[in-house]
Amino acid sequence: MNKYAKISINGLVWNNPTFKLMLGMCATLALTTTAVNGIGMGLTVTVILLLSNVLISLLRKAIPSSVRIPAYVVIIATLVTIVRMVLFKYLPDLYDAMGVFLPLIVVNCIILGRAEAFASKNPVLDSAVDGLATGLGFTLALTTMGIIRELLGKGSLFGIQIMNFSIGFFSSSAGAFFVYGICIMLFTQISESIQLSRKEKQGRELRKNLLNQEVQA
Amino acid sequence: MNFFTLLVAVLVSAVFVNNFILVQFLGICPFLGVSKKTSSAFGMGMAVTVVMVLATLVTYPLYQFVLVPLNIAYLEIIFFIFVIAALVQMLEKILQKFIPSLYSTMGIYLPLITTNCAILGVAELVIDEAQMLKALGIASMNLGVALLYAVFAGLGFTLAIVIMSGLREKMDKLRLPKAIAGAPITMIAACFMAMAFYVFTLI
Repeated sequence: MNKYAKISINGLVWNNPTFKLMLGMCATLALTTTAVNGIGMGLTVTVILLLSNVLISLLRKAIPSSVRIPAYVVIIATLVTIVRMVLFKYLPDLYDAMGVFLPLIVVNCIILGRAEAFASKNPVLDSAVDGLATGLGFTLALTTMGIIRELLGKGSLFGIQIMNFSIGFFSSSAGAFFVYGICIMLFTQISESIQLSRKEKQGRELRKNLLNQEVQA
Repeated sequence: MNFFTLLVAVLVSAVFVNNFILVQFLGICPFLGVSKKTSSAFGMGMAVTVVMVLATLVTYPLYQFVLVPLNIAYLEIIFFIFVIAALVQMLEKILQKFIPSLYSTMGIYLPLITTNCAILGVAELVIDEAQMLKALGIASMNLGVALLYAVFAGLGFTLAIVIMSGLREKMDKLRLPKAIAGAPITMIAACFMAMAFYVFTLI
């Protein structure tokens, strides 16, 4: 349990693919004009990431390491093709919104990155948890940015009008860069201060223990 | 429509109105990763342009004359990514063997290009005929137009990445607060560039 919790929290927060590792930026910037698009893209990537991690982890002993990258790319491209067909049939609105970025999931660095860094070295269950957590971290980041941009740019939230004014800047491409920059800044500041306070706490406990030992001696 | 009008239409559309980096968000990774120095940014831009044109030269006929007649157009992603990967590998070997001077300046960027969304992006965009005809305002689509689009898309990419590297060289000399140094300030600089390019969409 502890191991899986650690993998999950790493993928979701500490190694968040969007705000910490800054991978898959093209999709992040292009598909956060509305919160719904952000969720759609995030979940599509999550599904592909989960399946590719599981498949690659299952095949990790069968794939020779010299041809591993082409092999991973074939697996990912096949999964993207299947997901694309499913979306075309059942979710045509999302298919249209994603446009060229749907085939471009193949070259999304997050998926190949997790395949190379995690799934090729770890057992199936761990890889599945890692894929799910990283994908959900990506979804979370995209949804956050989508909510900010939709609220300020269109005055609505998940398609429901809630404000009677809007700032068109946030819907434009310039707004995407701006919101992303601000989000990275806040994320780095907050996560660094949390980690710093944790370290201080550990240091205090260590000192207390040493002091106790000295007193006993 | 004569050739000159077509040239201007494609140039305005691909370089300014639909700039690959700042408007369509394709190829953001090299835009932020390889834009620390102007010389390397220019090398990256040129390498991307060359690969883009070569990739379009192969993928467009492959799609029109092989995949569509065989009714396997839905497998385009798998074919395209393989063509691009093979092409980049071949180009690297050829340059290494015959033009070592160019290889030493451009070669280091080539392996990065396989997973660059801009290359697969242009291959996917030019086969979406309806979209292309609307963007360029022309009557029919052929290999020539596709190649022209690839050339100018690459040049638009080069333009954006070179401007960005110039800005970053200046920014390195500034003393910035720790919170916004690095990625955040680069994003905000890109935001202002995108605002400048936004003007072109009003044309």
